[in-house]
Amino acid sequence: MDAQNIAGEGIGARVRRKEDARHLRGRGSFVSDMVLPGQSEVAFLRSPVAHGRIRRVVKPKGHESAIYLRADLEGAKAIVTPLTIPGYKPSEHHPLAHEKVRFVGEPIALCVGATRAEAEDLAERIELEIDELPALVDAHAARANAEVRVHDHWSDNLFLTLNFENGFAAGSAGADIVVKREVNLSRQAMVPMEGKAVLAHWDERADQLVVHSSTQVPHIIRVGLAQFLGLGEGQIRIVSPDVGGGFGYKCVLQPEELCVAWLAIRHRRPFRYIEDRREHLVAGANARQHHYRITAYADRAGRLKAVDAEISIDGGAYSAWPFTVGLEPGQATGNLPGPYDFRGYRCKTHCVATNKPGFLPYRGVARTGVCFAMELVIDAVARAAGREPWQVRHDNLVPATAMPYDNVTRKHYDSGDYPKSLLTAKEKIGFDAWRERQKRGEADGRRIGIGFATYCEQSAHGVGVFSAWGLPMIPGYDNATVRVTPDGGLELSAGVHSHGQGMETTLAQIAHQVLGVELGKIRVVLGDTALTPFSTGTYASRSIVMAGGAVANACKTLAPRLAAIGAHLMQCAVNTVRVENGQVAGPLRAVAFRDIAEAFYMRPERLPPDVDPGGLEATVAFKPKVDTGAFSYASHAAVVAVNTALGQVEILDYVIVADCGTQVNPMVVEGQTLGGAAQGLGTALYEETPYDANGQPLASTFADYMLPGANEVPAIRIFHTQTPSPYTEYGIKGMGEGGAIAPPAVIFNAVNDALKDLGVEVSETPLTPRRLLTAIAAAEARREGTKP
Amino acid sequence: MKAAKFDYARPRDLAEATKLLAQGNGAAKALAGGQSLGPMLNLRLARPGLLVDISRLEELKAVSDGGDHWRIGAGVTHSRLEDAAGRMPGAEMICLVAAGIAYRSVRNRGTIGGSLAHADPAADWPLALAALGATVEIAGPKGKRRVAAQALMSGAFTTALDDAELIAGVTVPKLSAKARWGYYKFCIKPGEFPEASAAVVFDSARNAARVFIGALDGPPVALSGIAVAVAASGALPGAAEIDAAVARAAPSLDAVDRRLHAAVLSRALQQAVAP
Ligand SMILES: Cc1cc2nc3c(=O)[nH]c(=O)nc-3n(C[C@H](O)[C@H](O)[C@H](O)COP(=O)(O)OP(=O)(O)OC[C@H]3O[C@@H](n4cnc5c(N)ncnc54)[C@H](O)[C@@H]3O)c2cc1C
Repeated sequence: MDAQNIAGEGIGARVRRKEDARHLRGRGSFVSDMVLPGQSEVAFLRSPVAHGRIRRVVKPKGHESAIYLRADLEGAKAIVTPLTIPGYKPSEHHPLAHEKVRFVGEPIALCVGATRAEAEDLAERIELEIDELPALVDAHAARANAEVRVHDHWSDNLFLTLNFENGFAAGSAGADIVVKREVNLSRQAMVPMEGKAVLAHWDERADQLVVHSSTQVPHIIRVGLAQFLGLGEGQIRIVSPDVGGGFGYKCVLQPEELCVAWLAIRHRRPFRYIEDRREHLVAGANARQHHYRITAYADRAGRLKAVDAEISIDGGAYSAWPFTVGLEPGQATGNLPGPYDFRGYRCKTHCVATNKPGFLPYRGVARTGVCFAMELVIDAVARAAGREPWQVRHDNLVPATAMPYDNVTRKHYDSGDYPKSLLTAKEKIGFDAWRERQKRGEADGRRIGIGFATYCEQSAHGVGVFSAWGLPMIPGYDNATVRVTPDGGLELSAGVHSHGQGMETTLAQIAHQVLGVELGKIRVVLGDTALTPFSTGTYASRSIVMAGGAVANACKTLAPRLAAIGAHLMQCAVNTVRVENGQVAGPLRAVAFRDIAEAFYMRPERLPPDVDPGGLEATVAFKPKVDTGAFSYASHAAVVAVNTALGQVEILDYVIVADCGTQVNPMVVEGQTLGGAAQGLGTALYEETPYDANGQPLASTFADYMLPGANEVPAIRIFHTQTPSPYTEYGIKGMGEGGAIAPPAVIFNAVNDALKDLGVEVSETPLTPRRLLTAIAAAEARREGTKP
Repeated sequence: MKAAKFDYARPRDLAEATKLLAQGNGAAKALAGGQSLGPMLNLRLARPGLLVDISRLEELKAVSDGGDHWRIGAGVTHSRLEDAAGRMPGAEMICLVAAGIAYRSVRNRGTIGGSLAHADPAADWPLALAALGATVEIAGPKGKRRVAAQALMSGAFTTALDDAELIAGVTVPKLSAKARWGYYKFCIKPGEFPEASAAVVFDSARNAARVFIGALDGPPVALSGIAVAVAASGALPGAAEIDAAVARAAPSLDAVDRRLHAAVLSRALQQAVAP
């Protein structure tokens, strides 16, 4: 990008976000802010037990009509999500529990009141009799147990098993170093600031069900509601207003959306449901829980030859629509090799049904787990080789000269210089000085450790990748509409949504790049199926690549139309004019878009006789030339000080060196990176939903569920390089998830570096004081030759 | 997560408050800062029929200098005590403890009386006031009585108060200029309730040597052996000695928790004995 543009408002400019003005003043509009006349509030009676057969549900006398059970929801189908992967077993997910309850927090009854408190009063008064069944709480135990089954009609408790093998026998033969590790990530919730929120009513004039829902995927929710409620798509409008964070929690059809929509259809008046924090923490603990047995085979210097892994994913009770629980094992199996160059790989991944909330794809989708496993193993290999972990990591990364590179799982890495990002991180963190200080020791007795992690992040992957999994919905072309308004401004609309990503700004920047209209005159409309062209929505770090590409295409479609009218107004040849700065410039003068738009809309007598009837509005689609994904990548480096008496980890410095190709707005990129890293630190050190043996979640409020806050997230230093993707418009790569991928790996590597001399190695998230102290005590006991 | 139905009363004075509580027959509950009761109401863990709002009772809001002690009204917020730092000679520890409770917005509303009455085993006031040898003033329909802070809490979330009684205030003996004290708590993150906590006070001028650990299953526990030893030697006991004392004081702790409590106690003691 040229310097002028970066200083201006186009691609690469650090402009402030348009959406900040309303959010900073508390003037955003979220579903909880909305009130419709005659609106009722909904509360759910949720299962108090993890697994059981429903014997009896008795509605309180006199309130029968305000309470709905599964059988009352006539016409609402169970959510069933197919997948073509052989052996996959779909679950039947009823919007309200049917015959059985399968996790604590599963909705059983729908209660309607004038206020939420009254609806909760009703929920309390329902008599519930459940015959408890043994709870399947541990994925390994559930896999071994075919007697007790989450889904009675299955033969076991396996959603699916994936097997992948490529060159493993050859690669693993004759390795000098064989390192085996067991790695574990705990279950957690995604904890967006705003939970689920849905307000549905029937618009008599439009003869439409209108659902305001806090969702990342409004068009997909329309498809889903149409399918599971038996309406025509035209009878449904989904509006996703301001959304207080999605992270994957809101990229699927929620049973609560189905229930509230059903009420609105049945009663033709407004109903609203707002998930509260306890509901979120209990019924939304649906992410990250992976277990790995991983073996690395390397030569004497730690150069990887092969990796073998058995992964177990605790899939919870249900497979969500449309992504299914298959997404997580698919991503885990395919992405475990990460940014590394080796040719032997074998991986078996089980996705197990348990009595917990159904697994959903959380920011980073499986890659936080695989990066954690792989990066811990790289460090273990380095220790076995007696070399610096950064060196071994460096020697194994795919070199820039090998790009584009097809890896061992046949992923096509489009571009990048992975080793350079690692070396830059090492330099920026001040590696040598920290090693010196580490040798000297700390006055306060704490131990210093330095950790690294490198990953690559598949973004904006499309047809090839998703159709291989056979999901009910495959993202392909994304659409955008660009319209010149009569005053010469632009209206952009796209079917993706923005919930913190700043797309109202960055999409405008792309339009500005093509047509030069000032940002203040570009409006971006998102999140409303009535106002935007179809898109599968915002997930998988795809929106800026896909919607951005579509906006660019639509603007480029309008440019010649504007040029033709402009040239006619100036009475010069069209090949002598240029479209720039929101005007058409001719040899002698220029006409503003405003004049062109005025001519087209209000003064048609000025138009050329052969004016393009497409007019000043275009809807155009986009798909990257190669749609196997544009791979962003990054190296994180951290320095920690570990207090071995208290089991406390302080982060002294944290550096991120990231490359997401061309940055549309570096400030937005930094914001995304920081937010993701904060969530990654949550996974690393704080966030966890433990369960007792009966499947009761033990962290149901923020008193027990720890989130990182301002005190816990250090001043992360972010550096960027830009290696454009050869396949996307402007070389943009997606980067929405990346920040959340590496922090657990980098923090654990740093702690293991700090405690190397003590023989302590930790490998289970989150690293609470208890886990750390337990590992330290076990190492002490080993040193003393006693049993721990 | 909305409270069940309750009635609400705002008494004019302490006498009316205790009367309302007495009439409630166990179904009435005092509301002070609401920082503990509010969440419990919303989670429907507390379901009083009547809330008696004592948060505006001026009688409960005074902090006064009683010569050899400070008297702090039950309705005094943590943040007022935090902000009194430098203006409460002999009660420096009170100001420091107040400043470490939760975060500022909680401290702005939460009260010292509410905290004592709530009796969370991990809370700061039951521990700090026990170590300081404070006395709790209790007002009831039948008049006032006093109990040692150390004796107020009888178990996790239970106290010696009966249904119609309110805490009116606490009196905290002033520490002498020679006094040494330490207060340490370990939280997974600042603002959370601690995993382990300890308070120690040595004031030879007042014949006081108290060592307490908190964040256990029940009330804070006194470690008098350590207290006597440190008072005599003025030196930090050995790690094994501290570990053994913690194990004796809190036998139900597992190895990890014992280690943590010992580390925390040793830090509190270190503050007190450091030159
Ligand atoms: C996020 C958060 C973090 C916190 N962290 C800490 C911490 O680190 N350390 C800590 O010590 N505390 C902590 N607290 C608790 C806080 O200190 C509360 O202020 C305190 O526990 C209760 O005081 P309150 O005035 O809000 O009482 P309320 O919540 O109003 O009442 C609590 C209970 O005490 C009773 N009560 C109140 N006043 C009286 C009285 N005068 N006489 C008799 N009964 C009475 C009520 O009936 C109720 O049962 C935290 C709270 C929150 C929300």
